[in-house]
Amino acid sequence: MANITLKDIAHSYTGESKNPDDFALKKLDLTWRDGGAYALLGPSGCGKTTLLNIISGLLHPTRGEVLFDDQDITDLPTEQRNIAQIFQFPVIYDTMTVFQNLAFPLKNRGRSRKEIEPRVIELAKILGLEKNLYTKAQHLTADSKQKISLGRGLIRKSVNAILFDEPLTVIDPQLKWELRSQLKFLHKKFGFTMIYVTHDQTEALTFADEVIVMYEGKIVQVGTPEALFEKPEHTFVGYFIGSPGMNVCPCDLQKDRIFIEKYELALNKIYGEVDPSSKIEVGIRPEHLSLAPPDTTGLPVKIIKVDDIGRHKIVRVALKDKEFNVVAPELSGMTGDSCSLIFDIDHTNIYVNDHLISGERM
Amino acid sequence: MIVKQVNQKAWFMVLPVFLVVAFSAIIPLMTVVNYSVQDTFGNNQFFWVGMEWFTDLLHSERFHDAFLRQISFSAIILAIEIPLGIAIALAMPRKGWGVPVCLISMSLPLLIPWNVVGTIWQIFGRVDIGLLGHTLTALGIDYNYTQDPIAAWLTIIAMDVWHWTSLVVLLCYAGLCSIPDAYYQAAKIDGASRVSVFRYIQLPKMQRVLLIAVLLRFMDSFMIYTEPFVITGGGPGNSTTFMSIDLVKMAIGQFDLGPAAAMSLIYFLVILLLSWGFFTVMSNIGEESSNGGS
Repeated sequence: MANITLKDIAHSYTGESKNPDDFALKKLDLTWRDGGAYALLGPSGCGKTTLLNIISGLLHPTRGEVLFDDQDITDLPTEQRNIAQIFQFPVIYDTMTVFQNLAFPLKNRGRSRKEIEPRVIELAKILGLEKNLYTKAQHLTADSKQKISLGRGLIRKSVNAILFDEPLTVIDPQLKWELRSQLKFLHKKFGFTMIYVTHDQTEALTFADEVIVMYEGKIVQVGTPEALFEKPEHTFVGYFIGSPGMNVCPCDLQKDRIFIEKYELALNKIYGEVDPSSKIEVGIRPEHLSLAPPDTTGLPVKIIKVDDIGRHKIVRVALKDKEFNVVAPELSGMTGDSCSLIFDIDHTNIYVNDHLISGERM
Repeated sequence: MIVKQVNQKAWFMVLPVFLVVAFSAIIPLMTVVNYSVQDTFGNNQFFWVGMEWFTDLLHSERFHDAFLRQISFSAIILAIEIPLGIAIALAMPRKGWGVPVCLISMSLPLLIPWNVVGTIWQIFGRVDIGLLGHTLTALGIDYNYTQDPIAAWLTIIAMDVWHWTSLVVLLCYAGLCSIPDAYYQAAKIDGASRVSVFRYIQLPKMQRVLLIAVLLRFMDSFMIYTEPFVITGGGPGNSTTFMSIDLVKMAIGQFDLGPAAAMSLIYFLVILLLSWGFFTVMSNIGEESSNGGS
């Protein structure tokens, strides 16, 4: 068991290069605490899998070092690292029985049959596979197969970290739920470090103590699920987390007030001078916007569309050609399609070139 | 009670297929069946002989020998081409410029007509002008496929391996390419050796294409005619007279239509039976503990 540290890691699939665009993974530094549950969140192609493969040793990073505690293991081959990896599609050895599948990693490491057998049976019980121990693995359902893949990771007691690469993609929704809680239980029981790649935010948020959001090969934010929701440090995090995502709208900034389409909005913070050539945007979650009857103190907007999604409504409103999503419990007291948009200024964030800037509270 | 209206029109839709099959398979086959139970002394006069040709043939040494030669040939061909094909497919590159180069050079032998292949090897192996024959003789090796049965067999086997191994290679390569990377990565994490990867990942995933490869190579090698006919004409003596060559000798050389027809039918049934056997055995590999699943 050890902390895993990535030191100045960068990776390019075409080899060392001066052009930063060649890098699938741009320079990153990160430490995974021993026993932590991490979710790695990001859109397809943002470098999540590349990062996992570097940790497990399937890829050798173009630059940087991988450390287990203080030991540099960058050049250690995969099979000698105490890492297991579960893939998107269940990987099983078709011609073997469930027992043989689970025993395979130990057998390859030359363990004796005496040692392997009780371990396999014990693990099969925990995973709920004991009834099928002697069936050919290929005859099982997708979720059982994925349990076998997981079992092959857990069978080695020395396993440091288990990397999950979107492991529930091919599982039916209700079984997904079940497997997810089983994973949580196993994580508690065995205390391995868990790094869970997904592009499903619910999955990430329910699982992890800490969520790492990646975007275009960079880590844009590391934080608890709450922090990601309340204070997205990058507009991408705002878009990506929450449903619907954060509203991001270009604006002009003047100390303690912003102007959206010439309409003024007072903030409760003072911001310093910002280079006028940079991109300045205001970001606010749909949950922190509200609607009021027209001519109240707010921005005059027009309602374009209302989606009723059960407990609340998602209202799409337009301020000239700028559009916002608003989560509204009820549309009472409003007639016609014009109304006022009210910002909750405590939750209004300002972004310069996509990055959150902090202001001084007044 | 409702009388169910049965619409018989659908039969007319099947008619074209039936006609095609009738003219392409059933009628020619039935003429052969017809010949196999009759004898003729010319003048288009036929006599009913029943199963006599079949009994005669099944007891004749000539048929036994030809059958034995044929089955040994197929066995040798399969024993060489399948492992060799797998080995070459495993060694072929998966990406880069090597892929098209390998694929094209592998397909070349498959594009050459059978009798041309025969001619190429016939000349290639000649002691006087052939590169192979001349070189071997110059090296002091006693090689002459027109006189030595072993040399004749080796030549024909070498030719068939040269001509058809690529087919096995291409099929296996297709099978190998369809294995997702995750399998190899998982094997690495599980600490599997190269042999285990082959035994537990690559071979099971190639099973289906191998079945096709074995069936195709078996059927083709069991029916081989053109190439040995061009190279050795069945000689020296009868040493390379395979069933097809023997059949042609009997039917066209000696004009024994009855026995030849009986032989054709037996030949056909043997191929059918063995192919069915291969198919059943190979599609059941790894299924023995099947208890449904999902």
